[in-house]
Amino acid sequence: MAFEPKEPQKKLKYKELRIYSDEELNNYTEEELKDFKCKHDIPDLDELEKGPWPSFVADAKREALHRRKLAEDRMMVGRDVVEDLMGILQLSFDHGETHWKHGGIVGVFGYGGGVIGRYSDVPEQFPSIVHFHTLRVNQPNSKFYNTDYLRTLCDLWEYRGSGMLNMHGSTGDIIFLGTTTEQLEPVFYELGHVLQQDLGGSGSNLRTPSCCLGKARCEWSCIDTQDMCYELTHFYQDELHRPAFPYKFKFKFDGCPNGCVASIARADMSFIGTWKDNIRIDQEAVQAYIGGELKPNAGAHSGRDWGKFDIQKEVINLCPTKCMWMEDGKLMIDNKECVRCMHCINVMPRALRPGSDTGCSILCGGKAPILEGAQMSMLTIPFMKCEPPYDNIKDVVDKIWDWWMEEGRNRERLGELIQRHGVPKFLEILDIPPMPQMVTEPRSNPYIFWKEEDVEGGWKRSIEDYRARHKR
Amino acid sequence: MATVEFKGHTWTIDEDGFIDDFNNWNEDWVEYVKGTEGINEITDEHWKVIKYLQDYYKQYGLAPMIRLLTKKTGFKLKYIYELFPSGPAKGACKVAGLPKPTGCV
Ligand code: HEM
Ligand code: HEM
Ligand code: SF4
Ligand code: SF4
Repeated sequence: MAFEPKEPQKKLKYKELRIYSDEELNNYTEEELKDFKCKHDIPDLDELEKGPWPSFVADAKREALHRRKLAEDRMMVGRDVVEDLMGILQLSFDHGETHWKHGGIVGVFGYGGGVIGRYSDVPEQFPSIVHFHTLRVNQPNSKFYNTDYLRTLCDLWEYRGSGMLNMHGSTGDIIFLGTTTEQLEPVFYELGHVLQQDLGGSGSNLRTPSCCLGKARCEWSCIDTQDMCYELTHFYQDELHRPAFPYKFKFKFDGCPNGCVASIARADMSFIGTWKDNIRIDQEAVQAYIGGELKPNAGAHSGRDWGKFDIQKEVINLCPTKCMWMEDGKLMIDNKECVRCMHCINVMPRALRPGSDTGCSILCGGKAPILEGAQMSMLTIPFMKCEPPYDNIKDVVDKIWDWWMEEGRNRERLGELIQRHGVPKFLEILDIPPMPQMVTEPRSNPYIFWKEEDVEGGWKRSIEDYRARHKR
Repeated sequence: MATVEFKGHTWTIDEDGFIDDFNNWNEDWVEYVKGTEGINEITDEHWKVIKYLQDYYKQYGLAPMIRLLTKKTGFKLKYIYELFPSGPAKGACKVAGLPKPTGCV
C-alpha cells in the first residue's frame, strides 16, 4: 500500500504564494553574468569556479547579481549578503582561519533547536552578514518535491534571508543559509502557519530523521521507510524540538542493505530493511542474464564494453560468504549463509529479489569523527518486524534513550557511551542476548563473556573441588 | 558588545543579549529582559527555575544539563518552554544571568 500522510496536507500553489514576478526572477542576462564582478576581490573563489565541476561560487555569483538588480524594498535582509559572504570566505582563505564566531544562540519561541546562530567577527568589513543564522527545515520524506514547493520556499528565503540554500545538510534538512535575528520569527511563522512546514533539529536533540526512497520507488525496499520515518518524526516531536539529550541523536531509515541514506555510517540508530526467508530466484531470468538478453546491473555499465557477462566471475565469486553455486544450470543459494549484502541482487535484479518475510535490522552507535573517530553503527537487533504503529521499535528507542540520558556524559554520543560501558552492558539494558550476527567472523572470534552469576559457584569457587575430579 | 540601561543599572550584553558577567546580575535584569524572551509576568515558578540555575552555577561554574533542571524543579520540559518560551538555554539562562551556553550545531 502506498504511503499516505495521516493528516491532510496543504497543497502549496506557487501561483498563490509567490512573492516575486517573473520579471524579478529573471532580472539579469547571461551577458551581464559574464561581466559580473564581486565588490570584494575574491581571487581564490574565482579559482574554485574553474574546472568541469559544479561550483558554489558560480551559483553564488548568480544570486549576487540577482540581488543587485532587485528593488531595495523587495528584500528584508541586506542586498549584499552574497557578495559579503564571498568576501569573508576570501578573507578566511587569506588568514587561514575562519571569521565566523563560535556558538551564537538564537531561536524561535517554543523550540530549542532548528536555528543555528552565526555572527561574523569582522562586522565593519562585511556589514550585511553581521548576523548570518542558519535554519534547518524538515525535509519531506525521501526528498520528494514539486516545483510549486521549491519555488515557494525559494521566494520566501529570497525575501527574508540570503536567498542561498543548501540542498541538503547531512542531517537531510533543507538548509536556509543566512538571515538576521529579526527575520527568524517571521520565517518561522510563514513556514509553520502558511506553508505547513516545520523546522528540523539542531543542538542536543533528535535530529531530523531521514529515509531512502523506500516503497515509493524502489522494488528492494523491505520496509516502508517513509511510513516509519513519518511516524517516528511525529511521535518524537518533543525530542526533536526541545533538546534534553546529552548530545545529538540521529535516526535514519534504509529500505535495504544498499543503504542509500548511509544510515550505518551516520546515525545513532540505523534502521535497515532486511528479510528472514530466502532470496527469491527466477531461474529463467538467470538464464537470460547468462545468455546476454538481460543486461547486468540493469545496464548501468553500458558506457564501455566489459565483454560477455560471466555469472561465475561477476556474481558467484564475489559473494562475500561464497554461498552461491551453479548446479545443473540452476543458480543455487545456501540462504542460511547469506549475509544480505545485496550484491547478487544488484547485478541481476530481474532474476533475484529479497525474500518476502521482511523487517528491519537495528544498528546502534554510528557517528562522524568528533571524539573517538568515525564509527559505523553496530548490529544490535538482527531482525524485527516493522508494522505500524511500530510499538516494538519505539520500545527499543525508549530503552536506549533512558540509558543514554541517565548515563551519557555531556556531549557523549550513543556510540561512545557503548564503548565506555562495553557492549555487554548495552545488551543488558536492551535485555537481549549476545548473538553471532553482532560479531565479525563469529566462528573464529569468541564473543561470549561470562558474568559471575552465569558461572556455577561464581568467581570464588574452590579449585580443590574441581581438582578432586580432574587431574592437572 | 552593547550596553543597556534600566532603572539606573547599566549592563554590557553580547549579540545574543546575555550579560557579560554573572556578578552584574540583579533582580531588575529579570524585569528588563523578560520582554525579549516572550515572558509576560515573572511568577514564583520562574523564580524557582532561575534560583536553581543560579545555585548550580555558583557551585559548579556552568549551567546544569536540562535533564537535571527538569528533575530538580519538577517541571516537565514542555512546561519550562511555557514559562520561558525561548527555552531553558536561550531563555532561562539569559534571565538568570548565566554565561551563554555553548551548543553544537
Ligand atoms: C556557500 C558556501 C558553503 C558551502 C559549499 C557549504 C558546505 C557545507 C557542507 C558540505 C556541509 C555539510 C557538512 C556537515 O554537515 O558537517 C555544510 C553544513 C553546514 N554549514 Fe555550510 N557551506 C557553505 C556556507 C556556509 C555558511 C556561510 C554558513 C554559516 C555562516 C554555513 C553553515 C553551515 C551549517 C550550520 C551546517 C550544518 C548544517 C546541517 O548539516 O544540518 N555554511 N555546509
Ligand atoms: C579534514 C577535512 C574534513 C573533515 C574533518 C570533514 C568532516 C565532515 C563531517 C563531520 C561531516 C558530517 C558527516 C555526517 O554526519 O554525515 C562531513 C560531511 C560532508 N563533507 Fe566533509 N570533512 C572534511 C573535508 C571535506 C572535503 C575536502 C569535502 C569536499 C571536497 C567535504 C565534503 C563533505 C560533504 C559533501 C559532506 C556531506 C556528506 C553527506 O551528507 O552525505 N568534506 N564532513
Ligand atoms: S536503500 Fe535499498 S530500498 Fe532504499 S532506495 Fe536504496 S536500494 Fe532502494
Ligand atoms: S546477497 Fe550477498 S551474501 Fe547473499 S547470496 Fe547474494 S552475494 Fe551472497
